[in-house]
Amino acid sequence: MTHGREATGAAAAPRTTDTHIVPFRGGGFAPAPRLIYSWLTFAGIIALWQFVSSVGAVDPLFLPSPLRIAEALRQLAVTGELWRHLSASLTRIALGWTIGTVLGLSLGIAIGLFSLARAVGIPMVAALYPVPKIALLPLLILWLGIGEASKVATIAAGVFFPTVIATFGGVDAVPRNLIRMAQSFNVPTGRIVRRVILPAALPSILSGFRISVSTSLLLLVAAEMIGAQYGLGAFLLMAGNLMQTDQLMAGVVILSILGLLVGTVLSLLERSLLAWR
Amino acid sequence: MGEFSAEPGLSEPAMHLRAEAIGHRYDDLTVLENVDLDVGEGEFLAVIGPSGCGKSTLLGIMGGILAPTSGRVLVGGTAPPRSLNPLTYIFQDFALLPWRTAAGNVAFALEHHALSTAERDARVADALVRTGLTEFADALPKQLSGGMRQRVGIARALAVNPAVLLMDEPLSALDAQTRELLMEDFLALWLDQRVTVVYVTHNLAEALRLADRICVLSRRPGRIKDIVPVPIPQHERAGPAAQMDLAAIGERLWAMIRAEAQTAEREVLHDARP
Repeated sequence: MTHGREATGAAAAPRTTDTHIVPFRGGGFAPAPRLIYSWLTFAGIIALWQFVSSVGAVDPLFLPSPLRIAEALRQLAVTGELWRHLSASLTRIALGWTIGTVLGLSLGIAIGLFSLARAVGIPMVAALYPVPKIALLPLLILWLGIGEASKVATIAAGVFFPTVIATFGGVDAVPRNLIRMAQSFNVPTGRIVRRVILPAALPSILSGFRISVSTSLLLLVAAEMIGAQYGLGAFLLMAGNLMQTDQLMAGVVILSILGLLVGTVLSLLERSLLAWR
Repeated sequence: MGEFSAEPGLSEPAMHLRAEAIGHRYDDLTVLENVDLDVGEGEFLAVIGPSGCGKSTLLGIMGGILAPTSGRVLVGGTAPPRSLNPLTYIFQDFALLPWRTAAGNVAFALEHHALSTAERDARVADALVRTGLTEFADALPKQLSGGMRQRVGIARALAVNPAVLLMDEPLSALDAQTRELLMEDFLALWLDQRVTVVYVTHNLAEALRLADRICVLSRRPGRIKDIVPVPIPQHERAGPAAQMDLAAIGERLWAMIRAEAQTAEREVLHDARP
């Protein structure tokens, strides 16, 4: 009896220690930008690459050194060949992306607003979206000829579907209450679409642009590899066939820069248009 | 609304609402059943009831933004001379456009009307002054506190010179202190210009502080259980003399709501059970 009570007492006794500061234990898991490391990594890889090439550890035919690639780029720029290919590519991508985006936005908004467009559009999009659009190129060549139209159409088709999906997703996600608010003030329907639904759907539409831009770059290169005289894809294929790896890598660098530029433009656009978020 | 004109010296023009045999169903869920409700000119009517009893649905139907399954709503009387939107809503979640500033949100209610820029700006400025928002005119909703956001919602409603304000739990998303402050300010606005108000809430204290009459809805399907007048002028209700009477009315109301809310609570649990 006494023993039992002592045991209970011991278990319930509070643990006492000296007074000390409560240690902080809530930090971490909040990655902060460390730009210096980003650039260091980039520079380090290029330096290592150059070093490996300079000591002759890799065959320049398989992997040309960064300096040789830079020289190839300079040559391309000086001879004007770069502009010929780049302008051909940029024209196609600008046309294809714009056509696909305009059509995609139109159908996406229609699906978001009208039952009929929804009933017709969603199954159609669901059926065609998974088809790799490059598979349509032979058919499009048959329809439109081997010229510019078939390449532009391929890019437009590739841009169209992600744009439709992002747009109607954005329209669907517009808070119902905002629309109801506008209706409660008798705002006309067209104005509700322009002043409430579209701005509210803009974040989703812009993230759709990111997908459609990278899709259009992919399709551009692929289409130009299949049948084009000029353009980055044609240039890459030619360089590969002639085993001019320095030229080939120069082309890859240009594509990378192109992608980065477009990405930066989109980020700036998001920052200025979506500052309210 | 330009044809309405106010006779100087007469009392403010006002409008009344009448809900007749309102019923509402979502699929096979009956939300409202046979609700008859009269709201007089310049009256402040609170509608109170347990959650899910269809209070907000009733308000939506009375304001014409939800279609009732049965019954109809009539509106009569005279709109104020410069009223652009006689039946005007104030929302629980404020319903502000997040990409517009406070002033821009107020202007949104005016932009589709044929107003001169000068008149529009004047209306916006006036509404912001009355809600104490002038210095926040250029702030985006994300930069404003909840209370300030609802002030923008109230300013937007005032800017169109409403005849009837339909308020859907306007203070429910706010903390207790903000609620108290905003309630005082809103009451001052209303005492200054007595528009007809239908005020939906689940908060008995708000109803007791603000309303001329309090309509108690039963649990779902919502029916009118009772309509209780609060025969004490609003400006006297904060004082000590009114507390006994208010407490008595409050107790009576609470007894009614308590039973409904308890049963409603159990029904909610029952519905949630797999």
